Amino acid sequence: MATLAAPVPAAREPTYAEVNRDVIATLAPPTRRWFLLMGGVLTGLACGAVSWAWQLKDGLGITGYTPPIFWGTYITTFVFWVGIAHSGTLISAILFLFRAGWRTAVYRASEAMTVFAVMTAGLFPILHLGRAWFFYWVMPYPNFRGLWSNFRSPLVWDVFAISTYFTVSATFLAMGLIPDLAAVRDHAAGWRKRVYGIVSLGWKNSDREWLHFGRMYLFLAALATPLVLSVHSVVSWDFAMGIVPGWHATIFAPYFVAGAIFSGCGMVITILVPLRRVLNLERYIQVKHFESLAKLCLLTSMIVSYAYATEYFVAWYSGNAIERSSFYNRAFGPYWWATWTMITCNAFIPQLLWFRKVRTSLTWLFVISIFINIGMWFERFVIIVTSLSHEFEPWQWAYYVPRWPEYGIMLGSFCWFAMWFLLFIRFFPVVAIAEVKEALPPPLRRREGHG
Amino acid sequence: MSAPAVVGVFAYLDDVVAAVAALKARGVTQLTVYSPVPRHELDEVLARPESPVRRFTLFGGLAGVSFGFFYAIATSLDWPLVVGGKPIVSVPPFVVIGFETTILLGALATVAGMLLNAKLPRLGRSPGYDPRFSNDRFGIVAYGGPALLETAREVLGASGAEAVRDV
Repeated sequence: MATLAAPVPAAREPTYAEVNRDVIATLAPPTRRWFLLMGGVLTGLACGAVSWAWQLKDGLGITGYTPPIFWGTYITTFVFWVGIAHSGTLISAILFLFRAGWRTAVYRASEAMTVFAVMTAGLFPILHLGRAWFFYWVMPYPNFRGLWSNFRSPLVWDVFAISTYFTVSATFLAMGLIPDLAAVRDHAAGWRKRVYGIVSLGWKNSDREWLHFGRMYLFLAALATPLVLSVHSVVSWDFAMGIVPGWHATIFAPYFVAGAIFSGCGMVITILVPLRRVLNLERYIQVKHFESLAKLCLLTSMIVSYAYATEYFVAWYSGNAIERSSFYNRAFGPYWWATWTMITCNAFIPQLLWFRKVRTSLTWLFVISIFINIGMWFERFVIIVTSLSHEFEPWQWAYYVPRWPEYGIMLGSFCWFAMWFLLFIRFFPVVAIAEVKEALPPPLRRREGHG
Repeated sequence: MSAPAVVGVFAYLDDVVAAVAALKARGVTQLTVYSPVPRHELDEVLARPESPVRRFTLFGGLAGVSFGFFYAIATSLDWPLVVGGKPIVSVPPFVVIGFETTILLGALATVAGMLLNAKLPRLGRSPGYDPRFSNDRFGIVAYGGPALLETAREVLGASGAEAVRDV
């Protein structure tokens, strides 16, 4: 293989001071391009807000809901965003425990993506309520009738899983930022110095701070690892605990977790390719990091493809006429286009990642990552909508098509996510300064003397 | 010469490690080492006791699992309502609740443990701190009586410090 690739001259490793300089340089005052982008994003968000206001006023009747299909694009997009969140925690926590060195360059952006994706996902259960102002009914609090939440319901598990996931991943992100905010503080002047001083909690890089910080980081990673696996399992049980044909499968938890990591890695690539260029971070977020992400995409794509095959096999092997009919309908019924979009994007297109040339070409990776995003959205659409559209009795069968408010809210959700991300890269170091430096060879007098 | 502490600024990690070892050998044991990154070499030479943060994690997790199960069981018993023909106290679904609260309280207690032990937030000045310590310089601050500080000055100077000053 080595003879095929042109030898790339090994770039000099950056020094500690260069890491500080280059990463803090990304916090320079925003350019016109940033404001233009933010303007576009806010416009899209306004579309979402108007759509929701319209829906609150006129009710869910303005969506495309057709009995018995009352879970449509809102729940699809909810699961999509929860899934996106997962690879961030995988990269920041699981790969930390596995000591995968390549994570340091990309983990901060992924972790921020996680938090903002959960913030986006969290909106959807509320957006899809007919009476959104009663969203708090799902919380376990003593109400005037003495009734409590039904803890046997997967929807209540979901409330616990998602709110825990948001709290823990936001904490993990905030704690990891502390040493870097101190570095920004020491570089800044005036009121910025004071603000960064407060948000870094007065961190001073002392050995005692590092000692306790290191322990905390390890334990947070150890707690976040089972958490991330549990969250999408719980989301999958929102479906698998129901008896709807197409949902009621034991394979759902691992199938959803693999799909979540697949979609999240795709989204990390989609975000990082433009980000590294705009912020001049090519020296830190390198092609080899993208190649590692691509390998992760390939692996999870294979798991997801295997899960698709298993679903069909089990439907056939069960001998259950309703289960068979549901899966036949998925592939060849009225929603065939959604199913085949899903299979093409998630199972076939990622096979290109077997080629090293594709894995190391950012253009190819960017294009493939867009297909992954589309494919994974359709996966959830297929699972939710085709299953509901083809339940037990033929008179129940229906066809659902989303209407304008649903598209508006979907656009709004992407813009909501992008808004937070744009604000984040404006005020916080998007590459982990301290961790990148930790991975570099330390400055040694002896080496310099020989060198 | 009534300075409470002496700080030495270093550019090289091996110098810092050697200086800490030399200071400890000469009886200067009250040290704070500033470093832009955590390094195992420093942990080894400083040989600090194990961080108690792990105990916070353990007790946070135990509190979480107890709370989760207690909450689900107590509220089910408070208004006994049979759902799906299952027992009032159905353990398998409550495991999910217990698991999530374990993680939640375990993580929050871990963070609290770090903040308490590292004495954060601490917005005042730390004597001897230099903004370069978050960039590319290491620092050793030695505390003690005048005699020990005199020793510290000497050792820091001899170990390759770029600057040694009283703070």
